[in-house]
Amino acid sequence: MEILLQQIINGLVQGSVYALVALGYTMVYGILGLINFAHGEVVMIGAMLALSALTALLGLGVPPLLALPLSLGLAMTGCMALGYSIERIAYRPLRHAPRLAPLITAIGVSIVLQNLAMMIWGREYHSFPQLITNSPHNFGGAIINDIQIIVFVMALAIMAALMVVVHRTRLGRAMRAVAENQHAAQLMGVDINRVISITFMLGSALAAVAGLMVSANYGLAHYYMGFLLGLKAFTAAVLGGIGNLRGAMLGGLLLGLIESLGAGYIGDITGGFLGSNYQDVFAFFVLITVLVFRPSGLLGERLAERA
Amino acid sequence: MTSSAPPLHNQQAYFQGSTMSFRYARSLLLATITLTLLGCQKSSTTDQGASGELVVRIGASAPLTGPQAQVGKDNENGTRMAIDDANAKGIVIGGRKVHFELISEDDQADPKTATIVAQKLVDNKVSGVIGHLNSGTSIPAAKIYSDNGIPQISPSATAVAYTAQGFKTVFRVMANDAQQGRVLGEYATKNLAAKKIAVIDDRTAYGQGLADEFIKAAQANGAQIVAHEYTNDKAMDFTAVLTVVKGKQPDLLFYAGMVPQAGPMAKQLKALALNLKFMTGDGGYTPEFIKLASDAAEGAYASLPGVTLDKMPRGKEFEKRFVAKYQEIQLYAPYCYDAVNVMIAAMQNAGSEDPAKYLPALAAISYDGVTAKIQFDEKGDLKGGAITIYQVQHGKWQPLETLGAITPAAH
Repeated sequence: MEILLQQIINGLVQGSVYALVALGYTMVYGILGLINFAHGEVVMIGAMLALSALTALLGLGVPPLLALPLSLGLAMTGCMALGYSIERIAYRPLRHAPRLAPLITAIGVSIVLQNLAMMIWGREYHSFPQLITNSPHNFGGAIINDIQIIVFVMALAIMAALMVVVHRTRLGRAMRAVAENQHAAQLMGVDINRVISITFMLGSALAAVAGLMVSANYGLAHYYMGFLLGLKAFTAAVLGGIGNLRGAMLGGLLLGLIESLGAGYIGDITGGFLGSNYQDVFAFFVLITVLVFRPSGLLGERLAERA
Repeated sequence: MTSSAPPLHNQQAYFQGSTMSFRYARSLLLATITLTLLGCQKSSTTDQGASGELVVRIGASAPLTGPQAQVGKDNENGTRMAIDDANAKGIVIGGRKVHFELISEDDQADPKTATIVAQKLVDNKVSGVIGHLNSGTSIPAAKIYSDNGIPQISPSATAVAYTAQGFKTVFRVMANDAQQGRVLGEYATKNLAAKKIAVIDDRTAYGQGLADEFIKAAQANGAQIVAHEYTNDKAMDFTAVLTVVKGKQPDLLFYAGMVPQAGPMAKQLKALALNLKFMTGDGGYTPEFIKLASDAAEGAYASLPGVTLDKMPRGKEFEKRFVAKYQEIQLYAPYCYDAVNVMIAAMQNAGSEDPAKYLPALAAISYDGVTAKIQFDEKGDLKGGAITIYQVQHGKWQPLETLGAITPAAH
């Protein structure tokens, strides 16, 4: 029983990170119909920036509890600037080009960012300083530590805040309007370039938070960490229904759970015929099954509800 | 990634999108290949050096990007140092002064990329290849080198399958996993008295092969394998498989894979409050492991083929020079250094840099390297082949014991 509970905790923590990154994919897709494949790399840059800032601040003798929010703020600012530049340089000139052109640019941006990070931060793994006493708590036989609790709670809080922004503010209304119909929104006086830029910046800020969470949780940062994370988060966004915010959250948490329960129990279910090496296969099998029956994902996108 | 095609809202547009995606996908692929080739095109100088000296190209391949980029770079550094040394010494082959030129390629630790890289090295007319780093890349690349008659010395591929393909051009300067897995399995059961053992491997040719050999040896010595779980060489999160392992309550966990996974795995073990002994193979024996696992590294075991550098006559001197130039030995740099020198020695013995002419000399070589006395058996495996077991003590890898069927006459 405690094993099941432990697997659920593992899945929820992992899933909340997926969800946070998936939001970035889904927001951009909702508004532009573009898969921003560079998003995973923005997460990585966020982690690297936070780590560099943290190391520098701690070196200056700033107390850890002040250094952490400061470096998070710095990383978020950096990533927002990066997200803005990516959109401005790589996507905006192609906004009216065939849909596949910006997709290819996105892959290009991703490769550029990865190599840039390799040049700046090197090939080595950077270890993340241990700032919070990472004491494990026993929770009904399962182990959960402080960082995991913080990751989970913070992810939920950020997602809730984002929902409020999108559904209760003027900016959110503008975002939804652009998502529904760019031209009509423009005619109604919405500055669509501004809205799109802000969407990219918001998504990138979330990416920075996710990056910091991932490296704090695993205790490392590496220039290649964005690739797999981005791929998984993209899968989560598709699973939940890309373009739909609630879908991204649901998809993320679900993918995390499927992965950990899959890895944990697939061997027992199939009597040892399939093992945990089929963890990813299992996740994609669920994805395909969902897409066969609901081609637009679990919380299928209805145009009017995008973003 | 076809699921990435955005849902379009009418049939016609859909079909249009779909045919376009094929076209774009193809040009994307072509563009990628072109870029890769361009990116790697470091130099293609003539065969004649400045003062009429003979230019001999030596190819090298390791993952220079991706999760294993750091160990890959370490390999390149080791290889480069040997080539720089040889050029500084002024090697003469068959009466002609030779200038060695390194052509270093990035195989991304990916078997598919490795075959492209291998073909590229062949096309560049290299006289021999030092590589690849991983077993998974060395095995498929070996066929291409063999078809073209180019000798290949892997500094670090340990999978048994690498030399078992029956190619005459294949060599390695490190003990294989049959030897390493056996020593590790015996050490775990005899010295560490493990009764219930869990194994995780990364499903690469290396991880899989090492895990199999380890399991064989552990079972032969009376241990029970309570779990055999899997991950991959890009993963970062192992909590799910570790939780499965925890449920089986083993007293030792063996991980067959490379350091980018071994480090975080040790850390996550501790976070899940698993109290057991952690053991890994040569893929985990790097200073990086201790950095990644931080305090969870303490007490972990790893193995490395060969005796420790300070036991080898030229080992200490090599270490000093390498550290002065590249800060730190990660893992296989000394083996790369040896591999290059063995190849050059064979060329000198044969009096030719022509692969067909120096290949027999290479097979018959006897060379005192910095890691071992290097002699090959008929398959191209290193003769002898000691294995040293290390443990992290006070934040540093410390050698515990050197084991192996035949201990080499290490002077």
